[in-house]
Amino acid sequence: MADKKIKGKVWKYGDNINTDIISPPSYMEMSIEEASKYAMSPIDDDFAKKFKKGDILVGENNFGSGSSRETAPLTLKHLGVTIIIAKSFARIFYRNSINLGIIAIECNETDKIRNGDILEIDYNKGEIVNLTKEEKYKSTKIPQHIIKIINLGGLVEYLKRL
Amino acid sequence: MGMTISEKIIAKAAGVQFVNSGEIHWVKVDKAMMDDILGPRVEIAEKLKELNKGIWDKDKVVVISDHYTPPANAKQAEIVKFTREWAKEYGVENYYEFQGPCHQIMVEEGHTIPGQIVVGTDSHTCMYGALGTFSTGVGSTEMLGVLVSGEIWFKVPETIKVVWNGGLQEGVMAKDLILKTIGEIGHAGATYKAVEHVGSTFENMIMDERLAVSNMAVEMGAKVGIIPTDDITDKYLKEIGVSEEYERFSSDLDAEYIEIYEFKAEDLEPVVACPHEVDNVVEISKLDEVKIDQAYIGSCTGGRYNDLLQASKILKGKKIADGVRLLVSPASKKVWNRCAEEGILTTLSEAGATVLASTCGACIGVHSGSIGAGEVCISSTNRNFLGRMGSKESKVYLASPLSVAAAALEGKIVDPRKYLGGI
Repeated sequence: MADKKIKGKVWKYGDNINTDIISPPSYMEMSIEEASKYAMSPIDDDFAKKFKKGDILVGENNFGSGSSRETAPLTLKHLGVTIIIAKSFARIFYRNSINLGIIAIECNETDKIRNGDILEIDYNKGEIVNLTKEEKYKSTKIPQHIIKIINLGGLVEYLKRL
Repeated sequence: MGMTISEKIIAKAAGVQFVNSGEIHWVKVDKAMMDDILGPRVEIAEKLKELNKGIWDKDKVVVISDHYTPPANAKQAEIVKFTREWAKEYGVENYYEFQGPCHQIMVEEGHTIPGQIVVGTDSHTCMYGALGTFSTGVGSTEMLGVLVSGEIWFKVPETIKVVWNGGLQEGVMAKDLILKTIGEIGHAGATYKAVEHVGSTFENMIMDERLAVSNMAVEMGAKVGIIPTDDITDKYLKEIGVSEEYERFSSDLDAEYIEIYEFKAEDLEPVVACPHEVDNVVEISKLDEVKIDQAYIGSCTGGRYNDLLQASKILKGKKIADGVRLLVSPASKKVWNRCAEEGILTTLSEAGATVLASTCGACIGVHSGSIGAGEVCISSTNRNFLGRMGSKESKVYLASPLSVAAAALEGKIVDPRKYLGGI
């Protein structure tokens, strides 16, 4: 998947999509499969139903703030999230996503992206094309040591090769 | 150019003379802590088998069942059972359960030594910075990597210096100080960065209070909240029986800081963080009337000995307001015992408090004090996110244990200084 462009439909949210929103603590005792039904439920009850594999999750500032809980990216991954774009990410959530093979991309222009837009992303080049609005955005380039982990599908696959 | 404390600790753990912020280094981990909610049961146990590897050093691993103790239901009980059995299977002797929130256990049991690197599967692992430890929260898969290799990569963080000078007013606590700091820096203002707390206010601060400060570093996005090691640190470690030798790291005079914030402690008033963000900080004196249903004193942030002691000073000989419940969860069994011996628990109970087991329960709304739709809680804990303590239609205000106690007496958020002769 090293050079493949990723294309998909946007589900757009705002600032501070924290881990209590992504993975509400009351459901954490459930399995990931069950808990994923409640992902994002404090702000969007239908997220689990409407998000389809291949869609793209987009937020604004400080995505994933709060807890170290890996149930946050794990439930998103279970729902088919493979890529998240935000202006900025909270540190632990960012690392957790990468470790699970979810591509987390920082882009300063996510306020221009709307729900339902179709994006084409080239994360190696740091480019995002909004096909719906015919706009181009720059994203920060992902460091090589992280690309290596993503391309293998996450940290576990990386560790297997050590 | 000199180095900051965080840079010095990372350089030592990476086995190099010098590091610059922004560089990526693999470092050796001195202690790895897992809890029940995010420990072995999430990815770790299963993937460890898949990798067919053991853990690198069982004596450097600590497992603490705290979030689901005492369990509210069968599922929680099974998670605690799984965690206990996992620790046994891997020969982890540093296993604790029903003792209280993991971070308090870590700092009470001598698992956090100045100058060392500690990672834990809970974001408030940053608390051990109060003891001069470079400590930070990690996810479960990241922990799996640490368990098999004993190492982790860090991007050397830039450091923000937070300076507080002077003495706090009567009725103002470290919790007010850190909420004020977060209010200024913003909840993402220190993302990827280390925060170093210096100045005479910290130099004169007891360890219980320093821990409350460092605990909340992650609430501004920080990797760690470091306080320089000094005589207070030495005394604390000696008292809990740590005999291990350690180096006192301090930042060089020419160390580089990305930002410096300066505050005067005398000017600080009691504050609250209003729903639903920790940086939504307002002086209580400027707050419109907020009625409360529940008041909570507990957690790794605000349930230590000094927190209960201060609350008891306000509550002694008084009764909490009708229709309000005050819940108190001492941050550990040791805190519980000391408060029991000194009569503090009796004082709180006589004022109407319900004294709970030492646990994380109510802070994340999983048992022992969750709140319902439309309810308001004032809490000495660390997060007030939407739905944090229960219903997504509830509200949480974060405050010092003194402010929580004062609110319990009046059924609304009030300035605690009126009960202490301060105003």
